[in-house]
Amino acid sequence: MSPTALALVQDLRLFLPEVILVLTTLLVIVLDVTPVRKSHRALLYLTFCGLLLSGIYLLRHYVDLRESGGRASSSNVLLFGNSIALDPFAVYFKGLFLLVGLLTGVLSIRYKKLNPAGEGEYCVLLLCSTLGLFLMVGSRTLLMAYLGLELVSIPSFVLAGFQRDSRLSNEAALKYTIYGAIASGIMLYGMSLLFGLAGSLDFAAIRHALEGQTELRASPLLLSVSMLMILAGFGYKIACVPFHMWCPDVYEGAPTPITAFLSVGPKAAGFGVILRFFYQSLSTHSGGGDWTPIVDQLQWPIVLSVLSVATMTVGNLAAVAQTSLKRLMAYSSIAHAGYLLMGVVVLSKDGIFAILFYLAVYVFMNFGAFLFVVFLHDLVGSEDIEGCRGLGWRAPFPCIAMAICLFSLTGLPPLGGFIGKFYLFLGVIGRELYWLAILGVLNSVVSLVYYARVVKAMFLENIPRGEAEPLPVPFFYSAAFAVLVAPILLLGVYWAPLVKLARYSSSIFGA
Amino acid sequence: MSHILSLITFIPLLGMLVILCLPRHQKDWIRFVSVFSTALPLALSISLFLDFENGSKGMQFVENCDWIRIPDYKLRIQYKLGVDGVSMPLVLLTGILSFLAVFASWETTKGVKAYFALLLLLETGMMGVFCSLDFFLFYVFWEVMLLPMYFLIGIWGGPRKEYAAIKFFLYTLFGSVLLLLAMLAFYFHAKENPNVLDPMDAFDLVRLADANVRLTFTGLFWQVVFVAMFIGFAIKVPVFPFHTWLPDAHVEAPTAISVILAGVLLKMGVYGLLRLSLPILPEAAAWFAPFMAALGLINIVYGALVAMAQTDLKKMVAYSSVSHMGFCLVGMAANTEAAMMGAAFQMFTHGLTSAMLFLLVGVIYDRAHHRVIKDFGGLAFQMPVYTGITTLAFMASLGLPGLCNFVSEALVLLGSFDAYRTTTIISATGIIFGAGYFLWCFQRVFMGPAKERYSMMPDVNGRELFTLVPLGALVVFLGVWPRAMLDTMTVSLKNVQDAVASATRGG
Repeated sequence: MSPTALALVQDLRLFLPEVILVLTTLLVIVLDVTPVRKSHRALLYLTFCGLLLSGIYLLRHYVDLRESGGRASSSNVLLFGNSIALDPFAVYFKGLFLLVGLLTGVLSIRYKKLNPAGEGEYCVLLLCSTLGLFLMVGSRTLLMAYLGLELVSIPSFVLAGFQRDSRLSNEAALKYTIYGAIASGIMLYGMSLLFGLAGSLDFAAIRHALEGQTELRASPLLLSVSMLMILAGFGYKIACVPFHMWCPDVYEGAPTPITAFLSVGPKAAGFGVILRFFYQSLSTHSGGGDWTPIVDQLQWPIVLSVLSVATMTVGNLAAVAQTSLKRLMAYSSIAHAGYLLMGVVVLSKDGIFAILFYLAVYVFMNFGAFLFVVFLHDLVGSEDIEGCRGLGWRAPFPCIAMAICLFSLTGLPPLGGFIGKFYLFLGVIGRELYWLAILGVLNSVVSLVYYARVVKAMFLENIPRGEAEPLPVPFFYSAAFAVLVAPILLLGVYWAPLVKLARYSSSIFGA
Repeated sequence: MSHILSLITFIPLLGMLVILCLPRHQKDWIRFVSVFSTALPLALSISLFLDFENGSKGMQFVENCDWIRIPDYKLRIQYKLGVDGVSMPLVLLTGILSFLAVFASWETTKGVKAYFALLLLLETGMMGVFCSLDFFLFYVFWEVMLLPMYFLIGIWGGPRKEYAAIKFFLYTLFGSVLLLLAMLAFYFHAKENPNVLDPMDAFDLVRLADANVRLTFTGLFWQVVFVAMFIGFAIKVPVFPFHTWLPDAHVEAPTAISVILAGVLLKMGVYGLLRLSLPILPEAAAWFAPFMAALGLINIVYGALVAMAQTDLKKMVAYSSVSHMGFCLVGMAANTEAAMMGAAFQMFTHGLTSAMLFLLVGVIYDRAHHRVIKDFGGLAFQMPVYTGITTLAFMASLGLPGLCNFVSEALVLLGSFDAYRTTTIISATGIIFGAGYFLWCFQRVFMGPAKERYSMMPDVNGRELFTLVPLGALVVFLGVWPRAMLDTMTVSLKNVQDAVASATRGG
């Protein structure tokens, strides 16, 4: 074997979680086409096994990284000709994505609109998308970031339109595809401009190149244009203003488990890539866990902070008027992209850490809320706030769980969401961006208006006189709600372990 | 280390968990558990009051351990509880009113299980606020209290309950996010000046109020922080112009919740100023004092005038609270020994009388099913006992000598006279207006010919007497022997007063 090939094979050993995902995908395809009679949701359970096995190997990587020394440099492993990084940052995100994949599967188990005939394709697309998320957060080059992003997007286009007979679902798929194609086209153009300027696709190499070019630093117009174009692609993934237009329609039309997946997975991966690109290519480390923009004339943090405020404000204000739970959650997820962007603009290790911490809590809060949408559709047959009226008295446990998720999304203590916001604002105030912090907290207050509308419908309206007729809640839902809500409550009163994990995982990029 | 404060704070929470495990139709068991889990904290807070050392300067019954400690981040959140002369009376007040609130809610019929569970959660939140000595912990309890209150008003309230509940929630949340930002400001101050204040201690309220530390909180930035915190607390008090949630919340809330709202929740704003704003940012407090006095004055006079115009009995009582809480502000602004004592004592006395007033309104509403003042009349004939107790509560509220509110309001006015002469003189008219609306209301409700439609109304029953008599007894007792409570507060208030006074001199 040639040395290059040998190196590739060796790298594959460090790529096992991804390899397992690929193998599972292939297995599901093969089983799907074989004419063996399969029991209900068998392929979905097989997908679970694949994700869990991948998780075991991921855990081994995590342990190996920890043992290879606490120093950041030695724990960064580069694979496949420096295009993919295996560092604590990537491992943390991959862990989240496996969780997202698993939870999406859990939500699909009882999702009625998912017909058994399409189950195989559904699982395959989900696994492919998860693989794409893995590649996105590991990417060290623009090319890999693009490939990962497309691998996430293309299966998602199909998943969004999975209910072929539903007009809304078709509309969702079409909108998602068109927006996605345009966004990635613009991004690709921006990348090519940047490649022309820097002569490399590698994040770190781009920084070195930019540091060396004095002419470019004097008039960074071209650099600004290419940065904004690249931002269009990433902004589309995290659904930030002004690239958020697709979000409500797609969220409404897509099957609910997929909506949940889209609201967390690609968003988190988008933040992973944004952090890598902006911190590694467009900033220099100024010591002490702080960064400064690489070109003085290109103050991209200001651009991003304006986007952040616009995103949270638009998301929150638009959410107030929604009647559909899924649209409401869509705007809520736009608003959260705004909060999370605050962690990017502060350009500090505290900011990265806050994003990582918040995303972990966000997985549980959002999936809890979407589980409730599935539950509502399954038992009441509605996906609107109207359908929740008085439900708190008929099915108390799921409604209390939903209320906890919503209050946690608002950021009320003693729930996990508050701690996440606390660290985000800590980062913002640490950088003395007071105006951003004030607009951020005011937005949190506004968000209470629409989250509380759902709670109001559940508990404050249609209160039965006398005993309410109880709604029989299947054990599946009680168990699933308990699993999703327990971490939110726990992280609200004892969050030190997650802080340690997120702190460790944010110690990359030479800080 | 004694764990009495933890017990006081968390026994209601345990009670809530027990209630959640009980089946929903076991209403008597649910009520029994509620009585038990509010009686125990009450008993403990009485024993706490008796064991309290009046002469001691620092915090007492302190419990302290690290809750979250992240050395790498230089962030430590403590589970630190303790009481001093400022918080001790309020712990006692919370214990008394929560216990009585259970009895006042005895006849709740819908959602009994949820109601009592939330009521107990509310007590944990309130006790926690008064006991915590860590800013983060304080904030958590401060917010914990919001949720049960939202549901208690929103589910068991009157016709416009949803509006009142969300208005209360939004106002208070707006205030508390400002507190959150202020909290972060302290943390970063510590991070920049680690030699003055270890960042690990940045949330420790005792450390922050330390003379060496608080001297570094000077300048415009801390004045802004003070104003942010003031708004956070002012919404709770409520200070004009942030008071508009209060009449709505009070009118819609069920009786027991109005009692808690007026008796305890309003005190949290003033308590926050006394525990956080004044001792930690004395310089900014001295700078802000004239504004505070002016706002207090507006509260007193405006509240009284609006109360006089009300046609709804409960709304009148609600606005009388706005008026009476103004005295606390004037007292704190004046910052003399007597005025501070008056302000702190006013919290306790107003807690007693406003609780009585709301209970009395509840009694009449249960019977007449309306609260329109002018539609009553001649009730003195039908309900002699009720009339007697109402007389006591009205007289106490309008500041009759010999009853406790007289002592606190007189102390405020006497103490403030030198500092803010005009303000004090105008404030004193608030008492006259108070006498005006209370007596006028009394006349319309109780005097005059007996009305036929009320002839079948029964007088107060045993359960209602059980809630009213202890409060009435305390009102009289503290009216003639205020030292029983004032002695507890003296030393701690002197600390606060000295802090602000030295800042005034220094500036």
